[in-house]
Amino acid sequence: MSDYNVLIVEDSPTMRQLIAFALKRIRGVRIVEANDGVDGLKKLSSERFDLILTDINMPIMDGLKLVSLVRNDANYKSIPIVVITTEGAQEDRERALALGANDYITKPIQPTKILDVAKNLLRIV
Amino acid sequence: MQKDDERLVHSRGEEFLQVFKKGAEFTQELLRENERLRFRLLELEKSQGPGEAMPEAELKKLSERIADLEQEKQEILDRIRHVEEENQDFAARYLEIEDENNNLANLYIASYQLHSTLDFKEVLQIITEIIINLIGAEEFAIMLLDEKSDELQAVSTEGIERSEIPSFRLGKGTIGTVAESGESHFASDFESYERDFSAPMVCIPLKIKEHVIGVLAIYKLLMQKKEFAAVDYELFTLLAGHAATAIFSSRLYSDSERKLSTIQGFIDLLTK
Repeated sequence: MSDYNVLIVEDSPTMRQLIAFALKRIRGVRIVEANDGVDGLKKLSSERFDLILTDINMPIMDGLKLVSLVRNDANYKSIPIVVITTEGAQEDRERALALGANDYITKPIQPTKILDVAKNLLRIV
Repeated sequence: MQKDDERLVHSRGEEFLQVFKKGAEFTQELLRENERLRFRLLELEKSQGPGEAMPEAELKKLSERIADLEQEKQEILDRIRHVEEENQDFAARYLEIEDENNNLANLYIASYQLHSTLDFKEVLQIITEIIINLIGAEEFAIMLLDEKSDELQAVSTEGIERSEIPSFRLGKGTIGTVAESGESHFASDFESYERDFSAPMVCIPLKIKEHVIGVLAIYKLLMQKKEFAAVDYELFTLLAGHAATAIFSSRLYSDSERKLSTIQGFIDLLTK
């Protein structure tokens, strides 16, 4: 039985592996990976998650659409969401936060930053 | 090795914490003893009554005891200060190791992914992902050397159309020179750099030992990426070697697959 279930939604296997590596420092974490927004929603419906980390630019369904759908669904709306993206402009950040993302991390990826944000949202001291 | 270092740092940290706690307990004990002695001194003074002097020997003994305790207290305080300084050093070292660990993980994952496939297009895709996600480049081209024509041609681009990138002759211009010499090129000032396809901001040779098979030309970084960190240069070194090997192997594999299917076609034709 895991303490924290985390969903990583990202189309790049390299990125998924990097994010998972950073999160595995959290004791009791279980990671589930999804290739895009649609796959992410499918995985969300199958079990309970404590945190979602999503990319923006993905095929089939992008990360912003996923954020919007999750926030408007009574079953998932309380799950914290972190957006991890190459889009570094302030308006992109504001847009993601306005849709309901809890945090916004820009690439290139920094494992320490991801770990800090995840711990904060999972309320791990 | 890294884990051993971390374990050592952790166990040393625990040890110092224990010493620190013991020191604090001892200081408390000293303060209580001091208090007790002062109280006893007061009691003695009271019991002697006015004008009655405390025996000289007793007074001397108590004064010596107080001096000893004061000295011990000072020694403990010095020791605590020393342990705190050491703790700060270890905390700083722990952060350094943590950073190094993250960098090594990035390098390991990049290398693991590069050799995870023998499909040429997938290899190019993985190199592209590493450059975007780990280095933070927005516009770049992967160029391969055609050994028959001695020309470098873009086989994959990001942020720019492949048709926009001209071909470059080996030994000519920045790209040609990097391919010929096998030495990386970095623009002197990234902030004032203006895109020039023949003179990229960064140009890294893709080489197998000393044999250059192509180059990676970076023209623009992501807006949030202002400069390169030490790990980026390590990633460039990794890309120079591992990406070249992955590209070379996948091309070789594709060629052999194609030849095999041609030969199989002939065999089928002959045996039918």
